[in-house]
Amino acid sequence: MDSSLPHAEAAHHGHGRPSGLWALAVHYFTTTNHKDIGTMYLWFGLFNFFAGGVMALIVRAELFMPGLQVINPSLYNQLITLHGLVMIFGGLMPAFTGFANWQLPVMIGASDMAFARLNNWSFWLLPPAAALLLLSFFVPGGATAAGWTLYAPLSVQQGIGMDMAIFAIHLMGISSIMGSINIITTILNMRSPDMPLMKMPLFCWTWVVTAFLLIFSMPVLAGGVTMLLTDRHFGTDFFNAAGGGDPVLYQHIFWFFGHPEVYILALPAFGIISTILPVFSRKRLFGYTSMVYATVGIALLACVVWAHHMFTVGMPTVAVLFFMYATMLIAVPTGVKVFNWLATMWQGAMTFETPMLFAIGFLVLFTIGGLTGIVLSIAPIDIQLHDSYYVVAHFHYVMVAGSLFALFAAAYFWLPKYVGRMYNESLGKLHFWLTFIFFNLTFFVQHFLGLAGMPRRIPDYALQFADFNAISSVGAFGFGIAQLLFVYVVIDCIRAGAKTSEKHVWEGVDTLEWELPTPLPYHSFHHPPKIVWDDYKPKLADGGAH
Amino acid sequence: MALPRPGPALRSLAAAAAAWTGAAAAAAQQANSPYTFQEPATAIAREQAELHFLVLVVIVLIGAAVFAVMLYSIVKHRKDAGHKAANFHESTTVEIIWTVIPFLIIAALAFPATRVIIDARDATNPDMTVKVVGYQWKWSYDYLDENLFFYSTLATPPEQIGSLLGYGARTHAATEVVRSENYLLEVDEHLVVPVGKKVRLLITAADVLHSWAVPALGVKQDAIPGIVREAWFRAEKEGIYRGQCTELCGKNHAFMPIVVEVVSEAEYATWLAARGGGATEEDLPVAVGDVVPATAPASAGAAPAEWTAEAVYAYGEQGYTTHCVACHQADGQGLPPTFPALAGTGIAVGGAEPHIDIVLNGKAGTTMASFAYLSDAEIAAIVHYERNAWGNDSGDLVTPEDVAARR
Repeated sequence: MDSSLPHAEAAHHGHGRPSGLWALAVHYFTTTNHKDIGTMYLWFGLFNFFAGGVMALIVRAELFMPGLQVINPSLYNQLITLHGLVMIFGGLMPAFTGFANWQLPVMIGASDMAFARLNNWSFWLLPPAAALLLLSFFVPGGATAAGWTLYAPLSVQQGIGMDMAIFAIHLMGISSIMGSINIITTILNMRSPDMPLMKMPLFCWTWVVTAFLLIFSMPVLAGGVTMLLTDRHFGTDFFNAAGGGDPVLYQHIFWFFGHPEVYILALPAFGIISTILPVFSRKRLFGYTSMVYATVGIALLACVVWAHHMFTVGMPTVAVLFFMYATMLIAVPTGVKVFNWLATMWQGAMTFETPMLFAIGFLVLFTIGGLTGIVLSIAPIDIQLHDSYYVVAHFHYVMVAGSLFALFAAAYFWLPKYVGRMYNESLGKLHFWLTFIFFNLTFFVQHFLGLAGMPRRIPDYALQFADFNAISSVGAFGFGIAQLLFVYVVIDCIRAGAKTSEKHVWEGVDTLEWELPTPLPYHSFHHPPKIVWDDYKPKLADGGAH
Repeated sequence: MALPRPGPALRSLAAAAAAWTGAAAAAAQQANSPYTFQEPATAIAREQAELHFLVLVVIVLIGAAVFAVMLYSIVKHRKDAGHKAANFHESTTVEIIWTVIPFLIIAALAFPATRVIIDARDATNPDMTVKVVGYQWKWSYDYLDENLFFYSTLATPPEQIGSLLGYGARTHAATEVVRSENYLLEVDEHLVVPVGKKVRLLITAADVLHSWAVPALGVKQDAIPGIVREAWFRAEKEGIYRGQCTELCGKNHAFMPIVVEVVSEAEYATWLAARGGGATEEDLPVAVGDVVPATAPASAGAAPAEWTAEAVYAYGEQGYTTHCVACHQADGQGLPPTFPALAGTGIAVGGAEPHIDIVLNGKAGTTMASFAYLSDAEIAAIVHYERNAWGNDSGDLVTPEDVAARR
């Protein structure tokens, strides 16, 4: 095909989005375009973010004061369980995958993802999975109430809602594995010949490592929940000591998946921050090579630390020591990342648009989450803090202030490029400050609750925990309401934002997607582009006339 | 913001600020700070707290350094302050430095941590051993050397928690609920142990995972069904130490607290004698059933003098509310599929003997535990109540003799 005739070609294939509701539905159901699929992932993530958020707010409403006022303990346990599952599998992971879909091809000079049809199926497995999770509230016995970790034997005791969760995890696992194969193949095989691995944006590096982690860990979770399923219905005793099994085995299997999962949610965030900080500092990312090695190092360590989630099950002393040392070691490559980000900002010429605010917010709060991670890694301290609110505070600093802040940064950063319109900067900044303040109001006080001994996953608590819980609940509602502003800003940007056709939406951009027209064309790079490197910035050899 | 009642957190702000600096360890003696670990009562708990304080200082210093550099950079290196971007982007020396220094800090923290782990692991040569079993949703304590066994359940009245609990009297929404000082942290039977003695705990569970945790004693050990784990503590001072189940174990996870009462050796001996400790194995159910513990809730009345239907029904309702209601619910509807209904269906509308058997022996493969530790009169009354409440109308009157015959 002649690359000089992209529009004729597009017309010939009838590509582009049709008009009409039914045609549009069919289009999105059958699309193989990475941008369409990325968009669907992002809206799906946003929907689940609110679904999981409503669950969290009901939980925080119940915890506002001592006594049971809002929901009964069974429903409480269902809500905390589904909040975790929906946020992780329905919110964060799809949202990151959405940006991967949009960004990876345009960052490396590929025409699309390597397996375009597989890409479509990876997405369309997710809505049925989410439906299984959300509808399980309405079946007899309700949704599974075993906590998102689904520990046996409590998960064996549950009703049909548990089976629905197991099948949902199967579907989401298949989706993740297919998506990962797609991402690895795309990055390794479809780069422009002028895009060597060690010049590839860090966003792509973090994603290829994340995809390997997913392929490594997801089958283990799928196997674990399948063993639960057979224990529940087919008379096996994998996790039943009376039948020769072991309940602790489930925890090993779960966390063998679960700890890499933490980094599956963190590494793409690192990639986003590593992309955004240099742009708004107008300075090249510091220590690119060590950032790549740190990413790989974190991923390798992430696979050998799982039992630090199990310091209270009564492991042999040697095992406790091993998992403690290995966990503490993660602080080293993570520290390298934080210091490199600081060095990137240092001596830069910074401006503080919304993406930069969220990136700096990430840096501040993720550092706090990392530091409390060191506290938790030390087994004798973890004896006090395990399954307490300290842990809840810690992982929300990492998952919300880490992963979610990175997603917000990415949304504000790339949305203008995607749609060719600017968002409302004042409202974006307002969204950041409300989110930042209410996040800390919600979660910082939970450190104190945990230190003082409040267990997690309880719907009612002793009176000495009343003040901080009330503060946390107020913060949570502020946080939740502030996110409506985000939806408004996004929709306002898409529908009525000031139009821009400036290729470099931000000064100081240094990745390939900014060399394409704004808004990004529906099809980009029909042929691998010729890239010339202007210092560290990739430029299209033909000046961008693709 | 209207708080339900002023908690201790705001009141002791000053004291806690001092505790943060670590200087007020002695000053905080009288009350637990809402900001940090509970006042340790064992050497291990103190080591944990000291280790935490050390690590806290380290992370606060690291965090302060990182944020100071960041803040300086944000203030000075901004475009609108006229700062021009520098051009450096790597430095092997600097990167090696900030790889090696964190490693050394981590290694330095690992040494004291390892020592505390090894100290806490040494459960050898105990002075006494108690077997602890977690159930949905209560604990039992078996003093292995004393033939003393009892259950320990939440003593906070359900009215204080609220009708959403599924049982207990409904309180009007407008009524001010007065909650006891140790709301949700009080039980009918304390685990009583002597001060200064090494108490070994053999911890397991009957149904699902639980976790036996008392912060002041420095103990948190998961209770795993089918597996016995070991933990120990040596309390240094007398007092009452409270903890909770810390592993999600179902609906009433929040409502199975742990209370350890550390007393002098003389008091312990007196208590043990009063509780019938040292009795022979055969006496056990009777011995436990006969003694009304001093800490028992007021609702646990005596068996009716005359075994009439009304009196037995009332007595049975009390027993049902104490032992059965968490699963089978006040309306007898249970929580299917895990906890079956009793109203109008199943065991409570069949013959009396299988009904007594299931209460005595439990039901294998389900969460229904054995309640053989209750007295014949209690079981008879509960069975009678279940067979005649919520529209069940067997009409028969189960007697203690019926129960005794099925034991």
